Amino acid sequence: MAAGGRGWFRALALGVSFLKCLLIPAYYSTDFEVHRNWLAITHNLPLSQWYYEATSEWTLDYPPFFAWFEYALSHIAKYFDPQMLVVENLNYASRATVLFQRLSVIFTDTLFIYAVHECCKCINGKRAAKDILEKPTFILAVLLLWNFGLLIVDHIHFQYNGFLFGLMLLSVARLCQKRYLEGALLFAVLLHFKHIYIYVAPAYGVYLLRSYCFTANNADGSLKWRSFSFLHVTLLGLIVCLVSALSLGPFLVLGQLPQVIARLFPFKRGLCHAYWAPNFWALYNAVDKALTILGLKCNFLDGKKIPKASMTGGLVQEFQHTVLPSVTPLATLICTFIAILPSVFCLWFKPQGPRGFLQCLVLCALSSFMFGWHVHEKAILLAILPLSLLSIQRAKDAGIYLILATTGHFSLFPLLFTPPELPIKILLMLLFTVYSFSSLKSLFRREKPLLNWLETIYLVQLVPLEIFCEIIFPLTPWKQHFPFVPLLLTSVYCALGITYAWLKLYISVLTERVPVRQKAE
Amino acid sequence: MEKWSLMTIAVLLALTVRWAVSLGSYSGAGKPRMYGDYEAQRHWQEITYNLPIRQWYFNTSDNNLLYWGLDYPPLTAYHSFVCAYIAKLINPDWVALHTSRGYESRPHKLFMRTTVFVADLLVYIPAVILYCFSLKETSAKKKVSSALCILLYPGLILIDHGHFQYNSVSLGLALWAVLCLSHDWDLLGSVAFCLALNYKQMELYHSLPFFCYLLGKCFKKGLKGKGLVLLAKLAGTVLLSFAACWLPFGTDVEQIMQVLRRLFPIDRGLFEDKVANIWCSLSVLIKIKNVISPRTQLKLSFAVTFLSLLPACIKLTVQPSLRGFKFALVSCALSFFLFSFQVHEKSILLVSVPVCLVINEIPFMATWFLLVSTFRIFPCRAPEQAELHQTKENMEGLLGEDGSDQSSWKRAQGRGAGGAWAVAEGVAAAGPAFPSSAPILGFPGSALAAPERWQGHPCPWTRPLPALPHTGTERAQSCQVSFPLQVPPPSSPNFDCSKTCTDLKSQREKKCSPVG
Repeated sequence: MAAGGRGWFRALALGVSFLKCLLIPAYYSTDFEVHRNWLAITHNLPLSQWYYEATSEWTLDYPPFFAWFEYALSHIAKYFDPQMLVVENLNYASRATVLFQRLSVIFTDTLFIYAVHECCKCINGKRAAKDILEKPTFILAVLLLWNFGLLIVDHIHFQYNGFLFGLMLLSVARLCQKRYLEGALLFAVLLHFKHIYIYVAPAYGVYLLRSYCFTANNADGSLKWRSFSFLHVTLLGLIVCLVSALSLGPFLVLGQLPQVIARLFPFKRGLCHAYWAPNFWALYNAVDKALTILGLKCNFLDGKKIPKASMTGGLVQEFQHTVLPSVTPLATLICTFIAILPSVFCLWFKPQGPRGFLQCLVLCALSSFMFGWHVHEKAILLAILPLSLLSIQRAKDAGIYLILATTGHFSLFPLLFTPPELPIKILLMLLFTVYSFSSLKSLFRREKPLLNWLETIYLVQLVPLEIFCEIIFPLTPWKQHFPFVPLLLTSVYCALGITYAWLKLYISVLTERVPVRQKAE
Repeated sequence: MEKWSLMTIAVLLALTVRWAVSLGSYSGAGKPRMYGDYEAQRHWQEITYNLPIRQWYFNTSDNNLLYWGLDYPPLTAYHSFVCAYIAKLINPDWVALHTSRGYESRPHKLFMRTTVFVADLLVYIPAVILYCFSLKETSAKKKVSSALCILLYPGLILIDHGHFQYNSVSLGLALWAVLCLSHDWDLLGSVAFCLALNYKQMELYHSLPFFCYLLGKCFKKGLKGKGLVLLAKLAGTVLLSFAACWLPFGTDVEQIMQVLRRLFPIDRGLFEDKVANIWCSLSVLIKIKNVISPRTQLKLSFAVTFLSLLPACIKLTVQPSLRGFKFALVSCALSFFLFSFQVHEKSILLVSVPVCLVINEIPFMATWFLLVSTFRIFPCRAPEQAELHQTKENMEGLLGEDGSDQSSWKRAQGRGAGGAWAVAEGVAAAGPAFPSSAPILGFPGSALAAPERWQGHPCPWTRPLPALPHTGTERAQSCQVSFPLQVPPPSSPNFDCSKTCTDLKSQREKKCSPVG
C-alpha cells in the first residue's frame, strides 16, 4: 500500500455514511417498531421479564447480547425522546425517535467499516495495480461498504445488520491473520447477538479444529493426528463457555432458559415467509402450485378437496401442499445438514487456509438459505458479503459472485414497496451492479469472460421482470385477483439464479485440486 | 475501468443523491398561509392550467398576485402548464382552481419531486456529461472526476431537490449554450441561451459574457465580411427565439409591459436580509439603507455593477477566447451577485455553475468557492442535509488522490479541507439556533475572498494563475478570522428581519432582480 493510500478508504466510508444520513426520512418497516419495543422492554423491565413481556406482538426474539445492546442504546435514547421508552406506546414514531434509531444504525456501522478496513488488509496485493480504481482492495472496500443489500435493509427497511456483519467480517479477518482466539471470541459474541449466524458455525468449528487445534500437517497436506494440542482446545472451549455463560448464565440462574430458547427458535411459523425467500422451497412451492393447476385442468384432482390458502398473499402461516408432500421442520433440518456436509468435509480433507474457510463459510450460508425453515430473504446477505472477499481473488468466484449478488439483491426489492423508495432502490441497485460488473471485469480483464451467454441472458432478463412487476402489472386488471403474482415471479426467478450459483460454487469447490506443494497453514 | 462505465457510475451516484435528498422535506411544508417555494410552483401550475394565458400575469379575481403571483418569464409558465397537465391526469385536486391552495400530500410531493428530477435528468445532467467529455487535453478519468464534482455540487442539489425549485432547467440550458459555443455552433448556442433567459430572468447575470464573446467573434471575423453575416444571423436568431417564447403575449403591448413589471420589481430595497454581497457586508459599518434614498441606491448599485463588469467584458470583446469566456461568465455573474440591486442568496448558483466549468483549470480555487457558496445556502435548508457537502467533499478527496495524473491542487484540497470544514459544518449544523450566523459566516468567504480573486484580477486568463499558497491550515485561519465579523450588532435594523422563514420573507425571497 502506497503511503497515504488510505485516504480513499476514508472517503468511501464517509461518503456512504453521508448517503445513509440522507436516507433518514425514508420509509421504514415494522422492524422499526420491533426495535423501539425492545428498547422500551429492556429499559423499563427487570431482566427476568425480558423474554416474557408480550404487550406488543413484536416480542424479544434475539439472544441476550442483543437485548443488552438495546439496553445500552436506551440510555442514550432517553435524551432524544423518553416517550419511545414506554412499553405501551405501540407504533410510536416521533421525529426524534426516528432520528435516534436511524443514527444508532449509522453509528454502530463504524464497526462494520473497521471490519472492512481489516479485511482489506488481509488481501495480498499481488495485483497491485497503478490505477487505484483497479486495486483489489479498493474494489473490495466498495463492494462491502456500498453493498446494496446492507444499505436498503439497514438504512431504509431498518435493521442492525451492519455492526453484526462487522463482527463477522472482523472475526473472518482475525482468522485470516491467524489470530484464532480473537476470531473465535468475536464469533461466539456474534452468535449471542443474533443466532442466525449459527448457520455458518460449522465452518468456524471445523476450521478452528483443523488449523488451530491440530498444529501441523503431513507433507501431502493430510492431517497429522499426533499434532493435536489440548491447550488450544481448552482455550477455545473456555472462550465459548465464558461467552455463553455471560450471555445465557443469568437466564439459567433464573430458570428461564427454556423460555429464551422458545423465543429464539419459533418453529410455529411457516415453511416460507409471507414473501417466499428465493430458495429451494420457493421452487418446491411453485412446482406444487403448477401441478395443482395442471391437475385441476386435467381433472386428476378434486377441486373441493384443495385447501384455499394462497401462500404469498397472506400472513405468515403454515401451509399444506396439495400435490407434493408437505415439509416439516425436521425435514428442512435434515436437508440443510446434508447440504452443508460436503462443504465441511471439503474443508477438513482439502484444507486451503483462509480461502478454503471462506468458501466453506459461503457454502454453509447458502446451503442453509436454500433449505432452511422459514428463511428470510435478507439472509442472502450472509452469503453475499463473505463471497465479496473471494470474488476479488479469482475470476471463477467473481463470476459466481456477480450472479449471486445480482439475483440476491434483486430478490430484496419487495422489501421496499412504497412509491417514493422505488427510484432510490432502482438507482442504488444499478449503481452497485454497474460498479461490481465493471470493476470485476476490469480486474480480470486478462482472463476469459466472467459470465457465459446463458448467465448473461438470465441476468439481463431481470430488467423486464422488474418493469413487469412494478410498472405493468399494477395497471392490469389481474392486480385485484392475483396480487401475489409479482412476488411469486420474483421469488421463483431469483430462486433459479441462486440455486444455480449455489450449485456452481459447490462444484467449483469440490472439483478444485489442492496444490500438493501448498501446506495447509 | 472503461470511460463509459465510470461515467455511468458518476451519473447514477448523482441521481441517487438527488433522489435521496428529495426524500426530505421541502420549503414551507406544513406552514399555512403562504407555505414556500413548493406551494409557489404548485400554484403556478394551478394558475396556468385553469386561466387563459392573458390572465397569467395580471391581478384578477382568480389570480391574486400577492399570493405567489407568477414572476418568472414565459418558459417557466409553459413548464408549469405542462406539469399541470400531467398533474390533472393523475389527480385533478392537485391543480383545482382556488380549492387546491396549500395542497399537500405524499403522492403530490412524489409527483412534484419527480418533475424536478425529470427536468434535471433531461436538461442539466446531459449538458454536464457532454461538457466534461468535450474538455480537451485531459485524461478520461479526469473528465469523469470533473463530471462527478459538477454533478454532486451540493448547492444546486439542495436548492432544487431539497428546497424545491427548477434552477437546473435554466442553468442546464445555459450550459447547453456554453457547450454549443465551444463547438462553434454559435446560432444553436444563442438559441439555448435565449431559452435559458426566458426560463429565469436571473440568467441576465450571464448575458454580458455571451454578448461580448459573440460580438468579439464577429469583430474578429471582420465586420465588413463574414463577421457582419454572423452578426446578422445571431441577431435574427435571438429575435426569433424571443419572439417564439413571447408569441402568446405579443397580442398587445400592455401584456408585455405587465410581464416585464412582474419580472423586474424594482421597488424593493438594496438588499434583503443577509445576502453575502458587498452591500450587506458594508452595512456592518455603514447603514446604507438608512442613508441613501432607494432611487439613489438603485443608481449606485447600477453604477458599481457596471464598473465592475467593464474590464472583463472589454477584454472578452477584444480577445474572444473560450477560456476567457468561461472566466468572464464567473466574473460577471459574481459582479452582479456582489454589487447589483436586490440579490437573493440563491443567485449564487449562477456563479457556482460557471465556476464548475473551470474546475478543471483552477481546481483549488473552484473547489474552495463551491464549498463556501454551498455553505451560504444553508439558511434555506434543513441542517440535517449538511452531510451532502461532505459527500461531495469526499468524492473530490477521493478523486484527488486517484493517481498521478491529478494535479497536486486537488490532492491538497482533498486532504486539507477536512479541518476547516469540520468547524464550518459544526456551525452550520447549529443553524437554527443561531439563525443569523450561518449566512454571515459564509459572507467573508465569498464577499472578501472572491472579489479579491476575480475582481482584483479581472483578466485572469492573460497570465497563468499564481500558485496560491493555500493550505488547509491557512484556510482554517481565514475561517477563524472571519468569526468576529459574523456577530451582527444586535440593534442593527438589517438583521431585524432575520427571523428565519417567516412567510412574508419567503415570499419575497424567491424574487430577484438584477440591475433594474
